[in-house]
Amino acid sequence: MIDRLDTRETESVPATGEAATTIRLETVVNGRPVSAEIEPRTLLLDFLRDRLGLTGAKRSCDVQVCGVCTVLLDGKPVSACSTLAYEAHGREVLTIEGLARFGELHPIQQAFMERTAIQCGFCTPGMILTTKALLDENPRPTREEIAAYLGGNLCRCTGYWMIIEAVEHAARLMAGEEDRS
Amino acid sequence: MLRRFVIHEPRAVEEASALLEAHGPEAAIYAGGTELLVVMKEGLAHFPHLINIKTIPGLDTIEASDGMLRIGALATHRAIERSPVVRDAAPVLAELEAQIANIRVRSTGTIGGNLCFAEPHSDPATLLVAWDATLRLTSRRGTRDIPAESFFTGLLETAREHDEVLTEIRIPLPPARAGTAYERFKTHERPTATVAAVVRLNGGTIEEARLAVGSVGPRPHRLRGVEAMLTGQRPDADLFAAAAERAAADAEVIEERFESVDYKRHLVQVLSARALATATQRAHPRETGGD
Ligand SMILES: Cc1cc2nc3c(=O)[nH]c(=O)nc-3n(C[C@H](O)[C@H](O)[C@H](O)COP(=O)(O)OP(=O)(O)OC[C@H]3O[C@@H](n4cnc5c(N)ncnc54)[C@H](O)[C@@H]3O)c2cc1C
Ligand code: FES
Ligand code: FES
Repeated sequence: MIDRLDTRETESVPATGEAATTIRLETVVNGRPVSAEIEPRTLLLDFLRDRLGLTGAKRSCDVQVCGVCTVLLDGKPVSACSTLAYEAHGREVLTIEGLARFGELHPIQQAFMERTAIQCGFCTPGMILTTKALLDENPRPTREEIAAYLGGNLCRCTGYWMIIEAVEHAARLMAGEEDRS
Repeated sequence: MLRRFVIHEPRAVEEASALLEAHGPEAAIYAGGTELLVVMKEGLAHFPHLINIKTIPGLDTIEASDGMLRIGALATHRAIERSPVVRDAAPVLAELEAQIANIRVRSTGTIGGNLCFAEPHSDPATLLVAWDATLRLTSRRGTRDIPAESFFTGLLETAREHDEVLTEIRIPLPPARAGTAYERFKTHERPTATVAAVVRLNGGTIEEARLAVGSVGPRPHRLRGVEAMLTGQRPDADLFAAAAERAAADAEVIEERFESVDYKRHLVQVLSARALATATQRAHPRETGGD
């Protein structure tokens, strides 16, 4: 019955699946095309950190709870710690390293600095990328909407108020309503 | 670290079913992966063959027609939360979906994965049981519809056969003069107690009441004794208080690390009283809206 099935792997892989096989990953990371051979089990976080040297996304809880590994996959926030790199095939990945353009910070990064929404900085890449996803779909969120959207990104330092203010500030900067100070 | 596996990319449900059959217990369906990958990373289970059903077209459709809301198993929580069809036909479900987990899990996790994993702390499971939804399962042997309540057979256990794919959740839209309310309480990542009530009124009396409880025990279930004591009665606070007390006593509850049986029964009581009152108000907003 198996040989009737036309899937990529059934022909070449032993039944146990424990032998190393690789698949081709064609993706775009921070606007740059990336092509690599990966094992299907490769996690997106390890691919970004170990293969591409992009260490902005971090690992902490490893179970989808804390958000320090957040990256955007076609604009949607995902936990890179629990996402297969395979999922990035044919899609675009944005990490914190891809946000600044030509040496100039993105308004969200600027807003986080100006509102002192950063202390140790461990949560910051995830906070900023989640904020980007929020503002891209809802440019003027209420405080409640901000708190709900960022609710899955934990910060052990700031107490969150500064972060919520930074997001509001970023929204105004992006709408061109406020000059950068 | 994950152990090695291969990923299959079926193009049709029948093909996915054939792969499940061929690889037996070595194969698992892979949808959003939000449960599956964590279980595999922690070494609690290993599947050398993952069957990615996201390559099957059309499994994430959401549509309402002929008094039925149909949600494809691959619809993500986020898609359901934002769907104009769901917001219009079943706003309680849209609100429920918005409260699940966090934005990352909602963007990737599917309703089908939530139901098939049968982790008892599920929001949609409880509401779907109260709504008498049916789950459509398809294999190469054919298609069958199974009521949500009989789908959940125990802790992480369902009536799904290994070669079956959940393709669609079918929700009969509530008739006129029926109201639904959903209540949850949580202290951790997932809900500790979930209660859903459906109340249908006829001339000031309760013609039909359904009460489902979940998260507190191994599986969500209806509380038929409570439903019987409500039917034919005039809705008021005393009736709901008595019903909620009975709900707390009848619910199937298991002790967990941080929650005792007593504590969970107390939650069921409080949430049941709230859900019944709100559902009644929604059943007939003008008649009971003032109290
Ligand atoms: C941090 C966190 C918080 C959460 N909080 C909540 C919460 O508050 N409330 C709540 O209700 N849930 C919660 N969840 C659960 C969440 O809803 C599920 O993780 C998600 O919906 C699973 O969907 P998935 O597509 O990722 O499933 P997968 O991980 O891909 O699959 C899960 C299981 O179902 C099987 N499966 C998947 N799809 C099908 C199908 N169509 N047919 C047959 N079998 C299938 C898979 O083989 C696997 O065994 C939480 C999860 C996490 C990780
Ligand atoms: S490390 Fe990925 S969510 Fe915490
Ligand atoms: S700034 Fe330290 S965790 Fe947020």
